[in-house]
Amino acid sequence: MHKRWIEISVGLMLVAGVAALLSLALQVSGGHLTRSADRYPIDALFENAAGLAPKAQVTLAGVTVGEVVAVVIDPQTLMAKVQMQINGEVNYLSIDSSASILTAGLLGEKYVGLTVGAEDEVLEAGDMIEDTQSALVLEELIGQFLLNLGDSN
Amino acid sequence: MINLVVALGEQLLQRLALMGQALLMLVQSLRVLPGKHGLSRLTQQLYVVGVQSLIIMLVSALFIGMVLGLQGYTLLSAYGSEQAVGQMVALTLVRELSPVVAALLFAGRAGSALTAEIGLMKATEQLASLEMFGVDPLHRIVAPRFLAGLICLPILVAIFSLVGIYGGHIVAVDWLGVYSGSYWGNMQQAVDFGEDVINGMIKALVFAFVVSWIALYQGYSCVPTSQGISTATTRTVVYSSLAILGFDFILTALMFGGA
Repeated sequence: MHKRWIEISVGLMLVAGVAALLSLALQVSGGHLTRSADRYPIDALFENAAGLAPKAQVTLAGVTVGEVVAVVIDPQTLMAKVQMQINGEVNYLSIDSSASILTAGLLGEKYVGLTVGAEDEVLEAGDMIEDTQSALVLEELIGQFLLNLGDSN
Repeated sequence: MINLVVALGEQLLQRLALMGQALLMLVQSLRVLPGKHGLSRLTQQLYVVGVQSLIIMLVSALFIGMVLGLQGYTLLSAYGSEQAVGQMVALTLVRELSPVVAALLFAGRAGSALTAEIGLMKATEQLASLEMFGVDPLHRIVAPRFLAGLICLPILVAIFSLVGIYGGHIVAVDWLGVYSGSYWGNMQQAVDFGEDVINGMIKALVFAFVVSWIALYQGYSCVPTSQGISTATTRTVVYSSLAILGFDFILTALMFGGA
């Protein structure tokens, strides 16, 4: 009887452990396990990608459709090349889509916002988005503001 | 001067020999896989090491989660972003606190008991008589305890994390009134299963290995007197705690340090 109780309680502990791990996967990390399954890469050249980091969200009309994989310098143009992975089911981004670096809230994280254009042709894996709008750099804005102030006087 | 160098070298060699002994003990005890009876001995040890540590783990996890929820709320509400408390509680627990605190408790609760048990077996010459019967005490006594430690701690850590997160939920959501949806939503956005949960589990596995190893070696090599057993038990707790904290820094640097 005693031995049976030991076996049952050990079994219960194992089950509880597996259940806890499963719940950590689904409830706590939101089941992110399978997301890398079906995605395609898109690049975009920005003049300034300040504050944009890998794993930042890529959104279309506010809905997350992918994530930033890497931010590197493009050696030819010396601009920031942002490499993104877009979910496979989002296959309707026209080739004249534009990308801009936006900020969530006043001090929030940077993310990439996509806007779809009017062309019928769509972006394929590895294509480059030409029409981009850079990140806002606070110091530059303040500098511009002071310059304008000086001009108006 | 020469004497000093000689003494230093002697000390160094002694330490090296101890480490060698510990490694040999581990290799020898795990050389043969446990058979059918081994499984029932393993179950017995899983009960002693794991199930009996469950209560202390659950209670500490609940309180640690509640404290994190409370501290996080006070800190974050100063910036008007108390919705992020779920994310803070979950990341702190999953990445750091669960593996480390659970391993420290494990060293105190299970590790010291293992050392004392084996030390007493040695003092009362049970190990020697096993050997006389032709039974390898390493295989019979040490191996199931080591495997049990290795299996139990990751399970306990997973339970610890989950209970802690619910503890934070009790304080932040049920008591302080953070919206439940943003508690879970922010958490799900911030916590990555591969990067955070699995890395926490890897930490737990490393700590389990280190704590069980230290506990068993200290018991197996202790001076077989009551004084010796008490020293060995103290050493188990002290060495395990230091090893856990040291390894935690190294593992954190490896896992999360590189940008």
